[in-house]
Amino acid sequence: MPDTVKNKIQDVFNEPACGTNVSKSEQQRKKGCAKPLTPGAAAGGCAFDGAKIALQPIVDVAHLVHAPLACEGNGWDNRGAASSGSELYRIGLTTDMSELDIVMGYGEKKLFKAIKETIDAHDPPAVFVYSTCVPALIGDDVGAVCQAATKTFGTPCIPIDVPGYVGSKNLGNKLAGEAMLDHVIGTMEPAEPTPYDINIVGDYNLSGELWQVKPLLDRLGIRILGSLAADARYAQVAMMHRARVTMMVCSKALINVARKLEERWGIPYFEGSFYGISDTSDALRTMCRMLVERGADSALLDRCEALIKEEEAGIWAELEPLRPRVEGRRVLLYTGGHKSWSVVAALQELGMEVIGTSVRKATDEDKDRVVEVMGDDKHMFDNMAPRDMYRLLTEAGADLLMSGGRSQFVALKAKMPWVDVNQEKHEPYAGYMGMVDLVRAIDRAVNNPMWAELRGPAPWEEPITGPNALPPLSGACPVTGALAGREAPATVPASTGPAAMPDAARRDQGPAGFGGFASSQTDFEDC
Amino acid sequence: MATLIHPKRALSTMPLKSSAPLGAALAYLGIERAVPLFHGSQGCTAFAMVHLVRHFKEAVPLQTTAMNEVSTILGGAEQIEEAIENLRKKAQPKFIGIASTALTETRGEDVQGELKEIVARRTDFADTRIVYASTPDFDGALQDGWARAVEAIIATMLPEQCERDVALRQVTLLPGSHLTPADIEELARLVRSFGLHPVVLPDISTSLDGHVSEDWSGASLGGTRIDDIPSIARSACTLAIGSQMEGAAKLIEDRALVPYQVFPTVTGLKPTDAFVRTLMGLSGVQDPPETLKRDRARLMDAALDAHFHIGGLKVAIGADPDLMFALSHALAALGARIVSAVTTSQHSAVFDRMPCAEVLLGDLGDLERGARAGGAELLLTHSHGRHVAAALDRPLMRVGFPIFDRIGAQDACRVGYRGSRAFYYEVANIVQSQHHRARPEDFGAAPISEEFDHVPHATRH
Repeated sequence: MPDTVKNKIQDVFNEPACGTNVSKSEQQRKKGCAKPLTPGAAAGGCAFDGAKIALQPIVDVAHLVHAPLACEGNGWDNRGAASSGSELYRIGLTTDMSELDIVMGYGEKKLFKAIKETIDAHDPPAVFVYSTCVPALIGDDVGAVCQAATKTFGTPCIPIDVPGYVGSKNLGNKLAGEAMLDHVIGTMEPAEPTPYDINIVGDYNLSGELWQVKPLLDRLGIRILGSLAADARYAQVAMMHRARVTMMVCSKALINVARKLEERWGIPYFEGSFYGISDTSDALRTMCRMLVERGADSALLDRCEALIKEEEAGIWAELEPLRPRVEGRRVLLYTGGHKSWSVVAALQELGMEVIGTSVRKATDEDKDRVVEVMGDDKHMFDNMAPRDMYRLLTEAGADLLMSGGRSQFVALKAKMPWVDVNQEKHEPYAGYMGMVDLVRAIDRAVNNPMWAELRGPAPWEEPITGPNALPPLSGACPVTGALAGREAPATVPASTGPAAMPDAARRDQGPAGFGGFASSQTDFEDC
Repeated sequence: MATLIHPKRALSTMPLKSSAPLGAALAYLGIERAVPLFHGSQGCTAFAMVHLVRHFKEAVPLQTTAMNEVSTILGGAEQIEEAIENLRKKAQPKFIGIASTALTETRGEDVQGELKEIVARRTDFADTRIVYASTPDFDGALQDGWARAVEAIIATMLPEQCERDVALRQVTLLPGSHLTPADIEELARLVRSFGLHPVVLPDISTSLDGHVSEDWSGASLGGTRIDDIPSIARSACTLAIGSQMEGAAKLIEDRALVPYQVFPTVTGLKPTDAFVRTLMGLSGVQDPPETLKRDRARLMDAALDAHFHIGGLKVAIGADPDLMFALSHALAALGARIVSAVTTSQHSAVFDRMPCAEVLLGDLGDLERGARAGGAELLLTHSHGRHVAAALDRPLMRVGFPIFDRIGAQDACRVGYRGSRAFYYEVANIVQSQHHRARPEDFGAAPISEEFDHVPHATRH
């Protein structure tokens, strides 16, 4: 591992703004935030994955991955972060290192050429160059290549040094943030800074969630100046140092960025969430209060309260008609972090019963809030193996699982309705209006008539009932005039007991009781 | 539970239905070495033939009695006799199916009586079976003409008797006009997989399935064998697919005391279960083949994957009653909402069971209005629906007849466990292909200031 990366890692492991980190001993702190990975029992992404997730939402940048194919080839175009402008961030760009590149050390040259081709083809405001395990191992100096490329082509080429083996996704998030602090933030100035400028960090604008909240900011006259979140432009990252307040959305992953913005440029930060009604209101209140503290007109506070009052009343009026559709349903929440509790209150308010909520990735404050909204900690659980989840769903009589994509099949194969509330979801559930979408999604899932059909027995799970299975006859025989009845010769005789399928061997012998049948045109093409 | 609404207007805009004689011709084409013959002016035949050719991409033998001014006034019996004679010379058909048209029905010809006289007199016609169905263009739609033709075949060719031959392990399958050749093939396969032998009437799966035949024929290229038709009287049971076939099934019972069961739909899990259950009972097989069980399990999985896209989907459908019912029922079973249903014929028993409040007896103009008002996200109708799709900017799934701007219409299978699975995937994929990228304005958010946009370098290097 190059010293630069090593030093960076030690730096991000020392996070004075994080309570958990501060309370650790010096030695513990050096080990980092993530739990040590267990071979054979690890799931989740690497540092490269984390860095890519954190930065890819910057939409007009070319994200070039210096790696053999797996890193980008297996992972691109799989997230629903929406853009209102450039679509360049969706394009997978990689050097696709070959065996020859690795053995002969062609990596740096190839990278330089790839940067040139990227700029020629797309002319981006910047190229983010991600270094991964293999180039780090063979000693490619990505930093030097970026420097040379920046100088030659005049387009900023930013090295993101995140070989997967250095650690987890969380560490990757932080290293990505460091790269922004080192190379991007503070490199551009806004035309006209205002006292209503904020930074948004860490929202992924999944299916447009940020835009469900943005109208509220628009109405309050608050501008998203800087952004290290989805739908960000490179320029917005570069101007982050001129905002008045930073909001970290739902996550402490990029807390190093927020803290250093405060240290270097005096921008205070807060953590908030736009999931759930009360959370959205809280976030808006905090944001306005902090802006006023930093020089915004104090009338902002009143406008904020008026807006919250109006929006909350409006949303409850919209939700009320949905109440009968979801009332009394039993929900198991398997998400984590903020969402452990932020949507619970709203679901309960609509008469749903939350039978359990996962507190993975949740902080102590999060856990306190869970206890607060749910009455006790009996309904809290950490990670759960799929098998246990399957058991819990069926035994606890859940009506619905709300979770991320990975556990969806646990629910579906148990013929249990499921609503996606994590990153792969296709619907936005943020802000006030998002709550209506969420409840509609729940309604659509639990009230789908399909579940009853799927849970019913297969035709062969119930015994056939002799000749009665044949439709009864009616009328009289036109020839003999005989009335149809039990003794009418019109039914196939019930064979002695349910017959097994005639197989090829039996067909050869000719099944007893059905003369003529053996030589019939019957074909058992795929029996 | 839907009410059938007759819109109060004089103008039909963008017709949805195809006429009854065309349905009769289609049914006749499901008989071995058949030539359908329209009793009317030659235009009636030309339009219908073009329609059939465009749909099946096959040469379709379809002839006309070519009524002229004189025969229209004086009667067309001679035209029929001449047409039969010429057809026998030209195409050596084993079967000629005559369908009347609006012209001859308005005149009020007693074709049945005249035909009887001709057949009695012309003993040289003996090796060609001749069937006549009354199918005026002004009553009902394609599926009614189909049903009338099948009833006419049964009335003419089925002996009156009540002797079963259980050793045949034979059942009669009466597919409705809404089934494609692939659908019929799949149902026959299901029947066979229980060790039963199906006699299919009519069987377009061997005549209009789209295959290259050994030599040129002026008649149909396959279909129900003429000799098999009388044996229908000896089947253990009649399975009618689509409520349009109830009349034909009833007729078989009347003539030969064969019990029948009507399956209004065999698309979706429960309807297929009902069909399978009947086959289990008929065959005495409690333990069906493994492939069938696997197909059911796969359909359930397909439903689970598809319900995310079909649940809550707003659908507008325009089709003949049985097709409309089968597809609407299958979609509603996954949570879709039928916001507009337009159909072609009032002669149907399915309306009571439609998963919507009302069904319009109307045209594609009605479908467009209904789809617009109901905010439909997907249209299901035949190819002419493309005008509606374009006007509403909504995707069109082509179902029914005619489908002339896509090939392979005969191969779409939407029945049984397998066909239902394919149907659900097809719908879900159309929905996904319409993926709407969220925009700030969708939520009322102001766009991001242009100040932040990257200005591409005008010149470089």
